[in-house]
Amino acid sequence: MDDEFSAELQNKTKKLKKKAKKQKKESKIAVQNAEQDANEPESVDSASAPVFPPTFSVSEIKNKQRRHLMFMRLKQEKRREKLSLKKKRRKEREALGDEAPPKPVPKTIENQRVYDETTVDPEDEEVAFDEGTDEFSAYFNRLTNPKVLITTSDRPRGRTVRFCQQLATIIPDSHVYYRRGLALKRIIPQCIARGFTYLIVINEDRKVPNGLVLCHLPDGPTAHFKVSSVRLRKEMKRRGKDPTKHTPEVILNNFTTRLGHSIGRMFAALFPHDPEFVGRQVATFHNQRDFIFFRFHRYIFKNEKRVGIQELGPRFTLKLRSLQKGTFDSKFGEYEWVHKVSLPLSRVKQSLYCPHITTVLLGVLYCDCFFKR
Amino acid sequence: MAEKSRVCSVWVGSETGILKGVSLAKKQAFNFCEMSHLSREQEVCVLCWGDVHETEVLLGCANGEVKTFSTEKGVFTETRLCGQIDEGKFTGLAVVDSALVTSVESGLVKVWKEGSTDTVEINAGKSVCRMRQNPAQRHRVGTGGKENGLKVWDLERPDTPVFTAKNVRNDWLDLRVPEWVRDLAFVPDSDKIVTCTGHHQVRVYDPATPQRRPVLETQFGEYPLTALSLPASPVSVVVGNTQGQMAVLDLRKGLVCGSLKGLAGGVRELQCHPSLPLVASCGLDRFLRVHSLEDRSVQHKVRLGTLAWLWTLLSLCFRSSLLQECPATHQGDEAVKEEEHGGEDEVWDAMETVTEKASQRRKATEGFRDGAEKMAIKKKKVKK
Repeated sequence: MDDEFSAELQNKTKKLKKKAKKQKKESKIAVQNAEQDANEPESVDSASAPVFPPTFSVSEIKNKQRRHLMFMRLKQEKRREKLSLKKKRRKEREALGDEAPPKPVPKTIENQRVYDETTVDPEDEEVAFDEGTDEFSAYFNRLTNPKVLITTSDRPRGRTVRFCQQLATIIPDSHVYYRRGLALKRIIPQCIARGFTYLIVINEDRKVPNGLVLCHLPDGPTAHFKVSSVRLRKEMKRRGKDPTKHTPEVILNNFTTRLGHSIGRMFAALFPHDPEFVGRQVATFHNQRDFIFFRFHRYIFKNEKRVGIQELGPRFTLKLRSLQKGTFDSKFGEYEWVHKVSLPLSRVKQSLYCPHITTVLLGVLYCDCFFKR
Repeated sequence: MAEKSRVCSVWVGSETGILKGVSLAKKQAFNFCEMSHLSREQEVCVLCWGDVHETEVLLGCANGEVKTFSTEKGVFTETRLCGQIDEGKFTGLAVVDSALVTSVESGLVKVWKEGSTDTVEINAGKSVCRMRQNPAQRHRVGTGGKENGLKVWDLERPDTPVFTAKNVRNDWLDLRVPEWVRDLAFVPDSDKIVTCTGHHQVRVYDPATPQRRPVLETQFGEYPLTALSLPASPVSVVVGNTQGQMAVLDLRKGLVCGSLKGLAGGVRELQCHPSLPLVASCGLDRFLRVHSLEDRSVQHKVRLGTLAWLWTLLSLCFRSSLLQECPATHQGDEAVKEEEHGGEDEVWDAMETVTEKASQRRKATEGFRDGAEKMAIKKKKVKK
């Protein structure tokens, strides 16, 4: 038995060795081939464009000058190919004429978006009822005029102070007050007693404004935003003269979902009902992928077709952090929506926005006529 | 209307006064109110079942009316005035032997007997946040509120409470601990009562013991707890807070068993299914979600309002016959289980009894012998 076993073992080892040898041979051949391939282009590229073997990459060349040269050639070659392909396709398309297949639609984040089921349908009777009876109904029924108090966190520094002042020039009937170390809970009843309809608090971190609390009075709601990329008037390029005191027009873009709708209404109620068109000033809140971009412009109709715009500043970006029912109460307040990091919010699905790009306009001005007039 | 209302398994009321029935199988919410008659004064504060067979839903409105809604016919059948607006909103509603028990924010608990106008009144103290009925002893109710500890009342003896909870001991700075009972529930098959507070505590009281302070106290999160519900298995409790965090807590040690995710806004009302491991939640984000308590995943998610600002859901009734209405999930599972059981039975039936097995073994051994003999013959051949 033992002899048989050892014989078998020997056989096996022999087989293994043979296999190994075969593999070695194969690899040698491969190496030779590769060497041959590598040798070939040097002779060719002096004549015309470089032809590389499939496994060869430019980055393997040790000489920097040579590597650079080769890379430039490779790039040129690619570009030439691309252009020729484009030309060919265009010629085919021209040849086919009307029968040409429609051009493929490019994939973008915008058109890949999942439809948000909470998109508000303005014709729904429940929506109409709700809009007619919510906290902003007094404003939209023209019963109240907005009056805004702007304040900051304690001891504001340079940029925040200037930001507040510039914000006050945009929002009509707004008053900037120094915080004086008061608690918001004590400020709110005083505001209500004096007939304010909004309280704006700007928070700062290391002299940079980074948060905005927008509280509708007398009974909420309260929204908390993150503020980023604030650019004050002085830092703007090609800015116009300082804004006049006319009531601006308001454009609210893409506030289409349930949450977006309520935020949009909140911004709309910040400005008086009838814009003064003499001032030719527009405040825009543009929502794109849940970031709200604020811009302030002056426009002019140069002729029947062309319109010129001039940015007046400031500009900033807001992102919603939470929406709370009632006036500001971060401890015991009930939250309608809270930004949660753990929520698996897909990149294509966003809370304020949906794929149907519709413009919700307030004031009398419509976006279409704005650019066509 | 009637057809629609029979399909619905969950009923929700809103701040705009709308009552909606939700069919989980169809993933749809039906509105049962006429929009023209509504106003914010008719805000639905509380909901409860009007009878044991779950054919009637009682709605406590903010203007002091108690409406009766028939789920068979799908219409409102009765309206009864049970209080004034100045007394505050309803905080609890219950039915005891055809009499109606209501409680308002000002702390007045009233028993409205059918047919007579005189009522039994209990003063449960200021700012009552919640009144709940003991499902086992229906004449007992519990109340609690802000700076108003838990009290258990016997409606037959309205003068003194059966049980009054004592506030917990002062804290390590020797300061009084504030009280704020937001919701409570009676543990079935025992005297115990579970409460959740606005200061994010969950407390268990046991009136059977002489101790009036909580026998167990635990905390969950950092925000006020707004609702709680006891699942069918009585060792745990589901709680939710104002930020939309929901968790299952173990009542034996007070530890978090698991959190239920997916909510965007604060929880207003929670209700567990009486027999299945399911919990329904609704709140400020205007979705009804049904979580499974076993794997804590969202089973159903139904959108309740088309919009809007303050489409708040305040109350919730869970029909116990939910099982019939969602065949896709639960009945399907059970059918599968039954099939499995059937298959096993067949296997057992197909097996032969022990006596026959003996003969089988004999056959098997014979077979083995045959095999061995054949092997031996082969070996011989090889040797040759």
